[in-house]
Amino acid sequence: MVETTHKGQLIPGVSRYSRSQRFSKRGLYLVKNKAAVARKETTQAAKSASAPAVVNDLEKALTRKPSKFYPADAAHKPKVSHKAVGKTKLRKSLKPGSILILLAGRFRGKRVVFLKQLKSGLLLVTGPYKINGVPLKRVNQAYVIATSTQVDISGIKITENINDEYFKREADTKLKGTEEEFFGKGAAKKETPSNKIADQKEVDSQIIKKITADHMLSSYLKSSFSLTKGQAPHLMRF
Amino acid sequence: MTAFKRLVEVGRVVLLTHGHKAGRTAVIVDIVDHNRVIVDGPTNGVHRHVASLSKVTLTDIVMKKLPRTIGTTALKKAIITQKIDEQWNQTAWAKKIATRVTRASLTDFDRFKVMRLKKQQRYIVKRQMAALKKTSSA
Repeated sequence: MVETTHKGQLIPGVSRYSRSQRFSKRGLYLVKNKAAVARKETTQAAKSASAPAVVNDLEKALTRKPSKFYPADAAHKPKVSHKAVGKTKLRKSLKPGSILILLAGRFRGKRVVFLKQLKSGLLLVTGPYKINGVPLKRVNQAYVIATSTQVDISGIKITENINDEYFKREADTKLKGTEEEFFGKGAAKKETPSNKIADQKEVDSQIIKKITADHMLSSYLKSSFSLTKGQAPHLMRF
Repeated sequence: MTAFKRLVEVGRVVLLTHGHKAGRTAVIVDIVDHNRVIVDGPTNGVHRHVASLSKVTLTDIVMKKLPRTIGTTALKKAIITQKIDEQWNQTAWAKKIATRVTRASLTDFDRFKVMRLKKQQRYIVKRQMAALKKTSSA
């Protein structure tokens, strides 16, 4: 191995960088190549007319020296990223209509029906509410176990208004942080908006018949999941 | 009377307990030494190989009149004519293994159904028992 004394040199006299690398390192692309521009112009001009004035200009242009100076700070031109945020990939086992076991939150252990994937990548699920008390809600696929059991939900219509926006929380009232709030004044129980109740009914009515047709299936959805002694979830089939 | 009922002998059916063929049966065709035997199980997809006795379990089944180092094809014929696999499947041991396998393959919904059906079974049995007790005591 040859000891290089100079950082920019591979061995004395041989540059580490190629011509084009040096060009980009020095930021020369920021310097307008006047000669080239002029040449381009003049060739165009020469094509259009061959007057002596143009010849003069051409001579000037060709003999003009490019500026010795270039900006001290070579501004880094960031690359344009062509990456786009893709749709969240769902696990293979997650298909619309499959029964899921919720693993986190208030409804953990409940078995619910997966309806569709929302734009945010979250899963839209329903209990159905009438069967096990789980309303239409969004869940992250990381917090569910997908079972192989399927409910036929072909032909089910979910209105467009049930999207991510639909599930956003309403802004808190102005009472927050005040004495009244602390002592529970004005903390009336939040009522479910009537339109959400109606939406729930509409979605559920479409699948509930298929579920109640199988007595076992409806009581399966009613029951909640739990592990018993000796059961290891990673060794079990769902 | 010998103290042991199951001996390491040519023709003895063994159950493989280790490796990816665990749970299948094979037949001892030769004895290598105190710890190892040659086993072959042509009807169960167990190729002829030397198996350590610590990795197989002896069963009660012994093949009749099996010569030492019988070839795979002849062994296959003998297993079929002596109905060794059927004999094995009839044993409680084999049935227990089979149940274990089916139980492990059940889905969540299947497990739920089993639970419900067992509950129903218990209910019927308990009711009958109670009725019988009543009649016997009366």
